[in-house]
Amino acid sequence: MIGLAHYLTVAAILFVTGIVGIFINRKNVIIILMSLELMLLAVNINFVAFSAYLGDLVGQIFVLFVLTVAAAEAAIGLAILVCFFRNSGTIAVEDINVMKG
Amino acid sequence: MAFATFAFYLFAVIAVVAGAMVIFARNPVHSVLWLILAFFSAAGLFVLLGAEFVAMIMLIVYVGAVAVLFLFVVMMLDVNFAELREGMARLLPIGLLIGVVLLVQLGFVFGAWETSEQALSARQAITPAPEIVDNTTAIGKLLYTRYIFLFQTAGLVLLVAMIGAIVLTLRKRQYVKRQDVLKQMYRDPKAAVNLVDIKPGQGA
Repeated sequence: MIGLAHYLTVAAILFVTGIVGIFINRKNVIIILMSLELMLLAVNINFVAFSAYLGDLVGQIFVLFVLTVAAAEAAIGLAILVCFFRNSGTIAVEDINVMKG
Repeated sequence: MAFATFAFYLFAVIAVVAGAMVIFARNPVHSVLWLILAFFSAAGLFVLLGAEFVAMIMLIVYVGAVAVLFLFVVMMLDVNFAELREGMARLLPIGLLIGVVLLVQLGFVFGAWETSEQALSARQAITPAPEIVDNTTAIGKLLYTRYIFLFQTAGLVLLVAMIGAIVLTLRKRQYVKRQDVLKQMYRDPKAAVNLVDIKPGQGA
């Protein structure tokens, strides 16, 4: 029988994969956004796994909201990326320093 | 039961491998395709958990919208992606080290973790038995009654994101000839055509 810990392990591995992806692809904003999506996917797996094993439906409701926010975040992030690429011709994170922050 | 176990390990291994390939693939287009595979196998895991509605929404939203959006942007941007990858070999050891450390920490958490006794009594919406009320109906009954305000807020978030994305990427190009329908309709034929009476033998 597949237990809760199995699903949590898969989610943990996916989450860590997302973090490592952000670390090693420091220059490429697109891959960083995809790593964010992977991390949100891991969170969703955790929510659904707990929802199924505790018998509480609210976890699945919350997954829908996480999904909404993830979709909005991807749309806005990619729009900003396209906008920035038009102005500067690059998407390297190092070059995004116009505000000297 | 054996089939469920086999399906779990199949989907889990595919999800993990696809997740790793997302960050290691040389071509960002391949990264997006691996991401789609990861979403598909995660949806398979959701189906195994009995959350069919979330699984299907996952496929529609992520594969149908988000991943295709990524694909558009990756193909639209004219960027030398190989240049962006340099320095990755230098960062790879420290990145993997951080990943391993985080995984070990999460492993410690799993080792010392147990469900609280109050967890079952603190449930907010107990899942009805799937034989009586199926998953989609149960979610709909909950989402449209108790969580209706959150649901509408989610719609508002999507609306704001849509307007924001349009505002960010809309631009008026100069020096591009466009069709102006009103200008065409209000054009006066008398002002547009000039009839000249040329006498014989005087033409240019």
